Amino acid sequence: MSSHARDRVRTWLLGVWSTLALLYLFIPIFIVVLFSFNDNQGKFNFTWHGFTLRHWQHPFANPDLGTALKNSLLIAGISTVIATALGTFMALALVRYGFRGRGATDMFVFLPLATPEVVLGAALLAMFLTLNVNTGFATIVIAHVMFNISYVVVTVKARLEGMDQHIEEAAMDLGAGVWTTFFKVTLPMIAPGVASAALLAAALSVDDYVITSFNAGQTITFPLFIFGAARQGVPPEVNVLASGLLFVVLILLALNVAVQRARGRREAAASVLPATVGAPANA
Amino acid sequence: MLRLTLKRRRQLLPYLFLGPGLLWLIIFFLIPLLNQSYVSLESGDAELGYAFDWNFSTYSDAISNYHEQFVRSLEYAGAATVIDLIIAFPLAYFIAFKAGRFRNFMLLLIVLPFFTSYLVRTVSWQLILSDNGWVVERLRDVGLVSHDGRLLATSTAVIAGIAYNFLPFMALPLYVSLEKIDGRLIEAATDLYASRATAFRKVTLPLALPGIFAGSLLTFIPAVGDFINAALLGTPNQYMIGNVIQSKFLNILDYPAAASLSFMLMGVILIAIAVYARLLGTRSLTEAAAA
Repeated sequence: MSSHARDRVRTWLLGVWSTLALLYLFIPIFIVVLFSFNDNQGKFNFTWHGFTLRHWQHPFANPDLGTALKNSLLIAGISTVIATALGTFMALALVRYGFRGRGATDMFVFLPLATPEVVLGAALLAMFLTLNVNTGFATIVIAHVMFNISYVVVTVKARLEGMDQHIEEAAMDLGAGVWTTFFKVTLPMIAPGVASAALLAAALSVDDYVITSFNAGQTITFPLFIFGAARQGVPPEVNVLASGLLFVVLILLALNVAVQRARGRREAAASVLPATVGAPANA
Repeated sequence: MLRLTLKRRRQLLPYLFLGPGLLWLIIFFLIPLLNQSYVSLESGDAELGYAFDWNFSTYSDAISNYHEQFVRSLEYAGAATVIDLIIAFPLAYFIAFKAGRFRNFMLLLIVLPFFTSYLVRTVSWQLILSDNGWVVERLRDVGLVSHDGRLLATSTAVIAGIAYNFLPFMALPLYVSLEKIDGRLIEAATDLYASRATAFRKVTLPLALPGIFAGSLLTFIPAVGDFINAALLGTPNQYMIGNVIQSKFLNILDYPAAASLSFMLMGVILIAIAVYARLLGTRSLTEAAAA
């Protein structure tokens, strides 16, 4: 066999392997979506009984599930805002300023990422118990901010490191103050990094089970509800909400691609236009 | 005068920026960890309360009672990490070098499943692997699973669940480090009469090491402390150290034991990271994380 043919076989094998790997990632997702349409009998949703839309018509039929979801979204909103604000300023300090203890701070901020969630959750609960703090909504928010700060710092730092510092210096040289420079120059430039950090923080918060389970008290979040329900059978409404979220993400992604395409086309058109229409004007 | 105050202000600024976030981490991360080492040396019981008295026996008790779960956690997490590396390396390689215009689409496919909740996905595996399910019945037909054999509630199910849940943590860092490799280096190697295999071993693999390192840690660390997969896909016979810590803390209320266990878990992980870093010759952990 020629080396060329061997290369093609190799690429083909890699492709097959990759397809299988991606399929593996999607198997449980197919099942989740499929069983949101299951006409299940009783409270179990384990075997296929035929197609129905009835669960999709009443996604919040289970009141506990509604409360849990509302809690999760609220906690995610509050903790994301706090963690993103705190983390962004930390990243700025770490990248933009030389100061004593920078290396140590860098390492310290990294430490929560290297600590297993069960340790983070247990340690925090132990402290709340020592101080006689009642666990509940507020302690969940505190915990989520704590584990999200480091993720925000790492994400925003990556963006800052790729940025040209001279632009800020130019603004200051032209008489802009520290805060004006920050709000008019720095913030707009790091905005994509801050936005993706906030998205990551929100996603981690909504999905967190381990740390939340330690510090939740009587408060139930979406993951806590599912874990509790897993023993007696997860209601199909969970499948509906999970699939619904996935569809929303897919639609947003499709819109994003469409907008980018349209923008790309407009820019392409704009670059062609001056050559034809714009030419006489220049002449 | 004005220049001086401006300079002073600029010197203070980083501390002002760092302050609030750092304070949050100190109060809700560092102090709890220190407090935990304190709690781990307490003695007493759940009804009368616990008091500090240098009770080191919590540690020896924890080891003698739960070494089994400790070893199991390391085995399961290690197995899942290796499986993920085997699954993800060819996938990341394909996306980095062969996928062409499908590159972003395939990356998206890796991330997309994670827009459904971790628990929903794991519960879904519960359903797929269930005893009367399609998968187990087909495997029985083929003889891969014995007639009354099962998949759910076995080590295989728990390891597969862990490997599934952390696969993107392996795939994405691998992709990032492979994507950075200059294809001309591999070309140069083959031009200089290295076989494809030699070029891979001597060029691609060493350059991908930071990705392998970062990916393995990002998979192993959460995996070793995980207890959701063992709780939902296993039985008490598959319980890992995370399950023990959780039940000690939330059900049995034996705080010193739970604290000593989670302290040791952290120690084991730090040692594992150090050994692994030495083996792969990575200079620092943050360097790998940055990659």
